[in-house]
Amino acid sequence: MTTKTKAKPAADAAETSTPRMMTGAQIVVEALREQGVSVMFGYPGGAVLPIYDALYGQDAIRHILVRHEQGAGHAAEGYARSTGKCGVALVTSGPGATNMVTPITDAMMDSIPMVVITGQVPTHLIGTDAFQECDTTGITRTCAKHNYLVTDVNQLARTIHEAFYIATTGRPGPVVIDIPKDIQFATGPYVGKAGILKPTYVPQTQPAPEAIKAVVDLMTKAWRPVFYTGGGVINSGPRAAKLLRELQAVTGIPVTSTLMGLGAFPASHPDWLGMVGMHGSFEANNAMHDCDLMICVGARFDDRVTGRVDAFSPKSRKVHIDIDASSINKIVRVDVPVLADCAEALEAILKELKARKAKMPDLSAWKEQIDAWRARRCFAYAGSREVIKPQYAVERLYELTKDRNTYITTEVGQHQMWAAQFYHFEEPNRWMTSGGLGTMGYGLPAAVGVQAAYPDALVIDIAGEASIQMMMQELSTAVQHKLPVKVFILNNEWMGMVRQWQELLHGERYSHSYSESLPDFVKLADALGAHGIRCDDPAELDAKILEMVTHPGPVLFDCRVERAENCLPMIPSGSAHNQMILGEITGNEIGEAGRRLV
Amino acid sequence: MSDGTIPPGPAPKSAYFLSHEDEEVERRTLAVIVDNEPGVLARVVGLFSGRGYNIDSLTVAEVDASQHRSRITIVTQGTAHILEQIEAQLLRLVPVAEVIDITNSKRGIERELALVKVAGTGEKRVEALRIGEIFRAHVIDTTNESFIFEVTGASDKLTQFVDLMRPLGLVEVSRTGVLSIKRGKEKG
Repeated sequence: MTTKTKAKPAADAAETSTPRMMTGAQIVVEALREQGVSVMFGYPGGAVLPIYDALYGQDAIRHILVRHEQGAGHAAEGYARSTGKCGVALVTSGPGATNMVTPITDAMMDSIPMVVITGQVPTHLIGTDAFQECDTTGITRTCAKHNYLVTDVNQLARTIHEAFYIATTGRPGPVVIDIPKDIQFATGPYVGKAGILKPTYVPQTQPAPEAIKAVVDLMTKAWRPVFYTGGGVINSGPRAAKLLRELQAVTGIPVTSTLMGLGAFPASHPDWLGMVGMHGSFEANNAMHDCDLMICVGARFDDRVTGRVDAFSPKSRKVHIDIDASSINKIVRVDVPVLADCAEALEAILKELKARKAKMPDLSAWKEQIDAWRARRCFAYAGSREVIKPQYAVERLYELTKDRNTYITTEVGQHQMWAAQFYHFEEPNRWMTSGGLGTMGYGLPAAVGVQAAYPDALVIDIAGEASIQMMMQELSTAVQHKLPVKVFILNNEWMGMVRQWQELLHGERYSHSYSESLPDFVKLADALGAHGIRCDDPAELDAKILEMVTHPGPVLFDCRVERAENCLPMIPSGSAHNQMILGEITGNEIGEAGRRLV
Repeated sequence: MSDGTIPPGPAPKSAYFLSHEDEEVERRTLAVIVDNEPGVLARVVGLFSGRGYNIDSLTVAEVDASQHRSRITIVTQGTAHILEQIEAQLLRLVPVAEVIDITNSKRGIERELALVKVAGTGEKRVEALRIGEIFRAHVIDTTNESFIFEVTGASDKLTQFVDLMRPLGLVEVSRTGVLSIKRGKEKG
């Protein structure tokens, strides 16, 4: 039998004798305020007008009006990832809700805490195919961590607090609250957040002591260990990143990370291996393949990371620290599962190591091997004086912004991988990218969300010319709300990753991957009230990046780059970690089985 | 390079790439205890269809009104790895309190109830009644030309009963799906 441990009843649910009565709409605003929400993102419509009315004239919560509901969702995600707080979005029924489905799914895949409030047609109209009606809870049931349809105003405040609790604890995720319009008008009691518990929902945060002992047993015997860290370390909070660094300092174990986990460990550290996976570094992938002990901290053995699973790290014992039991043994069978919050597990491991005063194995031979892999310089590319290489563009962007208070978001595709390879992060929460769902259009609204959280920071969306067109209307949001985001487009006129795969897999038959009729991005920036910059000369790149960085308002930077550059190195689908393509693509890398994979 | 002192672990197994054809598919009965809230059944059923798991039988009813708890009994099948995932994924659902593995061959008792309508006259009618007695079926409705039998038992017993009724004028069958509970004095 598997049971969730019983939640302890609230110590004292400090109930005031007579609860304050207010309308449903006022309850929503009051509950958000009590939850500490200072910024939210949204778009009004018929079914949320009462809530918008309650927002009017108050200044506790800043509302950022987006241009498309999807933008509100990604902005809330960007806000959440950069602050560690819960992102909040408010949209109307029907199309408002369906436009939120992509960000909700995105937040689910990347475990981002988010509360989405959707308006719904009045309860008596539900099920009648009323104007702007859709089955929001039905549609979002499988793409949200949890969802609610509130049919009783007396339950509204409690539901909102419960939603925040569920969104932000355990493995974080999006929670949807669908509120019919009549409930927003109805009067009910306001209940505070104290003592809100859900007895069937009890995340396990403390690791089992036997598991920690087993981990330390392995660590003290491993000659070729590696830390494989993921977004869980970021989600767990700054304490987890700090403990990871401490544990690494004590053990000397080299560290790699998934796309989601970049920044948890400083990229400048000599034991940093770079990112793992399909477009990860040669040294990270080979270390993963040849290690004798893999310590996975808050990552989930995603197919972009593992490559061919039956050839994945064949010689290693594996430890998996995760707060979600369903992630453990899902893709790869592990030897020591540790069901816990990353920070708690890392702290327990540190304590156990210190208590044992164990001598750690000498890792110098392992590090020599790693240095030999490093010496292959897998990210080397042919430079050019004539055209801007996309790798060069990101390198220069990094050099010219690394000493500032910089946050990076991305869209999805080649530029995203180049950003991950050539932009280096020292701290967590500085890197916002759509990893699991791979949502083109994520980066600009996410940057809007980050900038709303940190008005004085430098927030850059590293974009592609195809991705940016999926959500480029949000530049108008940035202009309206004086959010000076910088959009740095690596414009190669192709859906670059699609083109690369067509080159690899489909005999250079470039079916519908060329971006015909691109807008003039400089004029587009002008039209939207932002600043446009174009650069196609490597010699002018630095000056123009500095122009972008120092411009006080939003910037759309059209960086014309080499058009046919491939993103390398690469593990072709269906291949193992030690079968990376390092140099040029020949077209014969992927076998029959690999072709059928994504 | 030293060979290290950690003995090699078992070969990695995975949900991708590896064929599961050589792995044995097991049948499993799970009792899922849930908060009886709107949409909870859709969550559970949606999880099975969304992740490609099978449902062979499903029954659901409230079992504790004071705590708003319902018991969903699901008969499913899969390899050991899939079954482990099913349990973990079920527990990940917010309103799921418990997942109890009650598999017939081990510690559980399974029962199902069927209502079986048989129409006929003469010798066939007598034979239907006689077989009904053998299976301890109750006749809960009768006309000159028909019986409705209420029969309970393990699923294969019900199937056997229905098969025997087929040549005797079987009209229709309604079955509850499997219910289950653990043997002994302990709760789930």
